[in-house]
Amino acid sequence: MASAEGQQHPLGIYYKIWILLFVLSGFSYAVDYFNVQGAMRWTLVLTFMFLKAGFIVAIFMHAVWERMALVLTILGPPTVLLLFIGLMSIEGKYTEEARFAYMGHDRDAVALTPADLHGEEGGHGGEEEH
Amino acid sequence: MSEATANEVGPHDGVTGLVDDWAADKQAYHVPWGKAMMWIFLVSDTFIFSCFLIGYLNVRITTTEPWPVQSEIFALSFGGDPIPLILIAIMTFILITSSGTMALAVNFGYRKDKAKTFWLICATAAFGASFVGMQMFEWSKLILDEGVRPWGNPFGAPQFGSVFFMVTGFHGLHVSAGVIYLLWVAFRVKKGYYDEKGFEIVEIAGLYWHFVDLVWVFIFAFFYLL
Repeated sequence: MASAEGQQHPLGIYYKIWILLFVLSGFSYAVDYFNVQGAMRWTLVLTFMFLKAGFIVAIFMHAVWERMALVLTILGPPTVLLLFIGLMSIEGKYTEEARFAYMGHDRDAVALTPADLHGEEGGHGGEEEH
Repeated sequence: MSEATANEVGPHDGVTGLVDDWAADKQAYHVPWGKAMMWIFLVSDTFIFSCFLIGYLNVRITTTEPWPVQSEIFALSFGGDPIPLILIAIMTFILITSSGTMALAVNFGYRKDKAKTFWLICATAAFGASFVGMQMFEWSKLILDEGVRPWGNPFGAPQFGSVFFMVTGFHGLHVSAGVIYLLWVAFRVKKGYYDEKGFEIVEIAGLYWHFVDLVWVFIFAFFYLL
């Protein structure tokens, strides 16, 4: 397909993917807006993320119409990053557990929010002097 | 001479052989060289962004101090109650809109419709510039109003600030560079610079722009939503 004419496709497919990306982004935002938490949050956010990334690379960047030699050059090397991600999360969990177990870090610490700090109905009560 | 075959000539050794092997009549990528080079640049850029995001992953797991609640920090109120993450959502939609206009620009470029291509690239650049503007607003709100610094913040883990400024800053730099790149291509399209050479350059610039959008998809998910 990649000829001297370049990547020439009907406009319709771009409009469809464009709308789809809007819808998927809307879904991602809805996950936060409706405060979905836990495993469900991870599943939904990652699913929408991979769908969006896939459609951008496949259609907008024309990867589905390119020859396999180019596609493998693009997508092959980054797959080793999955191994890197796996290694770093294993190592990270070990470090975290060591800090809790041997360095006395607090397992139950809670983050403050802007509402706590700007005095709108003290949530965690931590009034701090600056 | 012209009939010389491989078994008559035989492979050279050393530097000559190296040059022969890489410069012989072989072509791996049947696309314009500029496009192949852009893809290779983007793959290398993928590794840079991945290093930042994997560094963030590691820091996020190992930090025992509580991670600030992004949903509330990036909330914005328009008179009423703060709406969680609204500015980031608007920025996401703007970047997707710009990706769409860029995809159309590439298409009209290949149709040799120079006027439409020019205006669509300009629209893409304008959306990109507004994205950077919103990011500046977000940064100044965080720095001036909330007191977030790369070495600390009032909410929780100090690593939040360093990751935030590093990752969104590097992405914003890509968007800014993209805006300049797009405007440069747009004006060359308008002046008829590519009438003879062909309009692959619009697709190549488009690849860069879609990549910037692609990176934002991951930042939006990992940094703001999770």
